Amino acid sequence: MSNNKLKINDISKDTDMLASVPNEDLMPLPWDTEEKQWEPLPDDLKERNVCILDDVNILPIPMPKTKEEEEELVKKFISGMEKCFSRTDNWTFLSMLETTMDNCAKCNTCSDSCHLFEASGSNEMYRPTYRTEIFRRLYKKYVKKEILSGLRNGDVDLNWRTIARLGELSYRCNVCRRCAQTCPIGADNALVAREIRKIFSQEMGITVPELHENGSMLQLEFGSSTKMTKEVVRDNVDFIDEDFSEELGVEFKTPWDVEGADILLIHNAGEVMAWPDNVAAFSLIFEKAGLSWTMSSELAAYDSINYGVFYDDVQFARTAILHEQAAQKLGVKKIVLGECGHAHKALTVIADRVLPPGLQTPRESCFPILRDIVKSGVLNLDPSRNDFPVTLHDPCNVTRLMGIIKPQREIMAEICPQFREMVPNGPHNYCCGGGSGYAIMHRNNIPEWRNKITGRKKISQILNAFSDCRGPEQKKYVCAPCSNCKGQIRDMIERYDLLEKENMTYAGIVELIVNAMPDVEPDTIIKWEEGY
Amino acid sequence: MSSLTYLVAYAAIIVFVLAVLSRIVHYIKNPIHVRWELYPVAHEEGERANYGGSYLEDVDWWDKPRKSSKFNELKVMIPEILFLLAVWEHKRPLWYVTYPFHLGLYLIVAFIGLIGISAISQLTGIMAGTPLMSAIHALTNLVGPAGLILTVAGAAGLLFKRITDPDLANYASFEHYFNLLLFIGTGGIGIITWLFVDNNFDMARAFVVSFIGFKFTAMESTLFLIQVLLVVLTIAYIPLTHMSHFFMKYFLYHDIRWGDEPNIDTPKTDEQIGVVLNYPVTWAAPHIAGTGKTWAEVATHNPAAAAAEGKE
Repeated sequence: MSNNKLKINDISKDTDMLASVPNEDLMPLPWDTEEKQWEPLPDDLKERNVCILDDVNILPIPMPKTKEEEEELVKKFISGMEKCFSRTDNWTFLSMLETTMDNCAKCNTCSDSCHLFEASGSNEMYRPTYRTEIFRRLYKKYVKKEILSGLRNGDVDLNWRTIARLGELSYRCNVCRRCAQTCPIGADNALVAREIRKIFSQEMGITVPELHENGSMLQLEFGSSTKMTKEVVRDNVDFIDEDFSEELGVEFKTPWDVEGADILLIHNAGEVMAWPDNVAAFSLIFEKAGLSWTMSSELAAYDSINYGVFYDDVQFARTAILHEQAAQKLGVKKIVLGECGHAHKALTVIADRVLPPGLQTPRESCFPILRDIVKSGVLNLDPSRNDFPVTLHDPCNVTRLMGIIKPQREIMAEICPQFREMVPNGPHNYCCGGGSGYAIMHRNNIPEWRNKITGRKKISQILNAFSDCRGPEQKKYVCAPCSNCKGQIRDMIERYDLLEKENMTYAGIVELIVNAMPDVEPDTIIKWEEGY
Repeated sequence: MSSLTYLVAYAAIIVFVLAVLSRIVHYIKNPIHVRWELYPVAHEEGERANYGGSYLEDVDWWDKPRKSSKFNELKVMIPEILFLLAVWEHKRPLWYVTYPFHLGLYLIVAFIGLIGISAISQLTGIMAGTPLMSAIHALTNLVGPAGLILTVAGAAGLLFKRITDPDLANYASFEHYFNLLLFIGTGGIGIITWLFVDNNFDMARAFVVSFIGFKFTAMESTLFLIQVLLVVLTIAYIPLTHMSHFFMKYFLYHDIRWGDEPNIDTPKTDEQIGVVLNYPVTWAAPHIAGTGKTWAEVATHNPAAAAAEGKE
C-alpha cells in the first residue's frame, strides 16, 4: 500500500482496511533507526469495534451486527451533523464550521504544514483536507441539501463504512491547527476533525475511553481523571512537599484552600502522579517568591485538565464552570494555570465566551508570572547550574493558540546558558505528537502510531536542535512545559533509547528554575540517570 | 436583444448584491462563538506582531491597557491581499498560476472602476476633456487588456493544474472546472472583443453610461453584447460559490483568526453569552442529558455525580 493515493470515495468501500503507512514511506529521522512493523489488531477487537481505517484503533465504534444497526449508525451521524450546523445546538463553533465548509478553495496549501502528512510520506489519509472534503460533501448533500450537490461539489457514497471511517479518521489529527495557520482563506481543517468527534460524542455517545469515561467523566465524579479524590490529592501533595523538601534540602509547604489568596494555582493532576518534581518546583518557587497563593481541594479544582476541548463542548463547559466555581468560592484574585497546554487554552481563552457573569475570575498562564519571578532576582538564580544544552518545546495550545511565546524564552535567557531553539518554533512550532490527549493512550497500536507518525517531526526537531552535541557524552534537556507533551516526549525518548544513546532527559520549565536555585542540592530536581 | 441584455445586467447586479449581503448578514446574525484565534494575530502592537506574541504574555493582562495596531494589521493584510503571500510561502507552484489569475481579477475590477469614472464624467460633464480624464482613458487601455490576459492565463494554468496534479484533481469537482472554464470563456471573449471590436473600450464606456442612465441604448456589436452577458452573469455567479471567499475572508480573519477580544467588563458579550446559554439543547447522547434543557442547565448538570448518586 506504499504511496497509496486514496480517492475521496474510497472512504465508503467494502475493504478490510483503507490505508496503511509502510516503514519505507516514513519521513527519515536524523539518525539510523529501525522501525517495527505494525502489529495486526487483535481479532476480538475487530469483532467488537469497527477497525477498517488503518492499523490503529482509537475510537471504539461498536461493529454493527445487522443491517438495522448499520442504518442506525448512518442515521445518527446525519442527525448529529444537522445539529452541528444548528444555531442553537452548535453556537460555539457554527461560524467557524460554516465558513470552512463554504469558502475553502481546495487548493491544498495546508497539506505540507501537517506533521502527520509529512511524517507518513504524504499519505493521502493524513492530508488535512481529506476528511474535511468527505464531511463537506455529506454536508452539502444531506444537511444543506444543495441542488445538484453531487454534480456541483462531488459526491461521496453514504454508508456505515463512510461514517465509521470518518469517525476514526477524526482521530488522525492532533488538532494543532498548523494547517489553519497556513490557509490563505482562513479555513480550519483541524476544527472539522474536532467537530466530527463532537458528533460522535454529543449525538451518538461514542467516545474515546481515555478522554471520556476515564477522562472528563472521572473528573466530574472524583474531581480528577486520575481518580484522586480531594483527600488523596492532598495526601499526595503533602507527601511531595515532605519528600522534596528533604531531597532538595529546602523546606516548603503547599498551601490548600486559603480563602482570599491572590492566586489559585491549578496543576494538571497528572503531574502529581507522574511528575511530582513539577508540583514541588512550583510550590518552592511560589513560596520563595513570596506569592499569596493556594491550591483548591474543590471538585475538579485540583486538576486543570479539560478533555472536552478535544471532543465535546458540553463536557468542556461543565469542567470550566467547576474550575471557576472553585475560584469564586475561595475569593481569589486570579487563576494561574500550571504547565498544561490544553488547560491553558481551555480556561483562559475558549471558556471566555462560555462563562457567565459571576463566574469570570480572570485566568492567566504560569509563564508570565514565572518570567517576572526569574527576572526580579528574588531567587538569586545561578545559571551555571544549568550549563548543559537545553531546547524548548512549544506546546501548540500555549503558543500558536494563545500567543505566549516570549516569557519562556526570557526565562531561558536568564538561566540556561546553552539554550538553543528548535526550528521552527513559537507560533510556527510542530506539535509533540500527543495533542488531543493521545499521549495518555496506550492501546491498539496507538503508542507505535505516536512514535512513527504523530511524534516523528518533533523527535526529529529535538535531535536537530542538539546536532552540535550528539552522543551520550553530553547530557541534554528537552524543556516541555506541558503535561501532555511531556508524556509524548517521554515515550519517544524511551522508544528510541535516547536516554542511553543521547543522555537526553526532559521535564518542564520550573525544574530548570529550581535547578538554578543556589540553596537547592545539585542534581536533585532533575533526575538525569533515572529518566522518568 | 440589447434591451434584454440590459435587463439581465440589472438582474445580475441585483443577484450579486443580494448574494453578498445574504452571506454577510447570515454570518453576522450567527450567535456569538467561542474564541478560536490563531497567532500571530496581526493587530498586536509592537514587536509582538512579529514574533506572534499576545497580550496574554503579561501578568494580570486584564488590568493592562490593551493596545492594538491598525498599522500592523495593514502590514499583514495588504501584502496578503495584493500578493497572496500565504500561497507564495506554502505552495509556491500553485502561486505561479493562481497569482496571475487573482491579479487579473483585481485589474478587471480596477478597469470597471475606471470605466465607471469615465462614464460618470461623460454623464455629468465633470472633468470631461481634462488631462486627468485622458490619463484615466490611457490607464483603462492598459489595465483592461492586462487584466483580461492575466485572468485567462491564470485560469488556464489553474485548469491545467487541476487536471494534471493528482493532489488537486482528487479534490476537484465539476464546479471547479466549470468556474475556471467560465473565466477562460468570459475573459477570452473579452480579449477578442478588445482586439477586434472595442480597442479603446468606447463601447464599454457607452454601455456603462447607458446602464447608469437606464437608457437601454442599442449595442452595435453582437460580440460585445455576448461579452456583456458573460461578464454580468459571472459577476452574479461568483458569490454563489466558494469564491465568496473574496469577501468572507474578512470575517475569517478578523472575527475568527484574529478575534482575540477578551471578555473583561464587556456587557455586550455578557448579554450574548446570556442569550446562547438559554438556547435549547437537543444533542442526544446520554451523558448530555439535554432533553428539554437549556445550555445553562446542561452545563451545570454533573452526569457523573448524578450517576454516582443513582448507584448509592
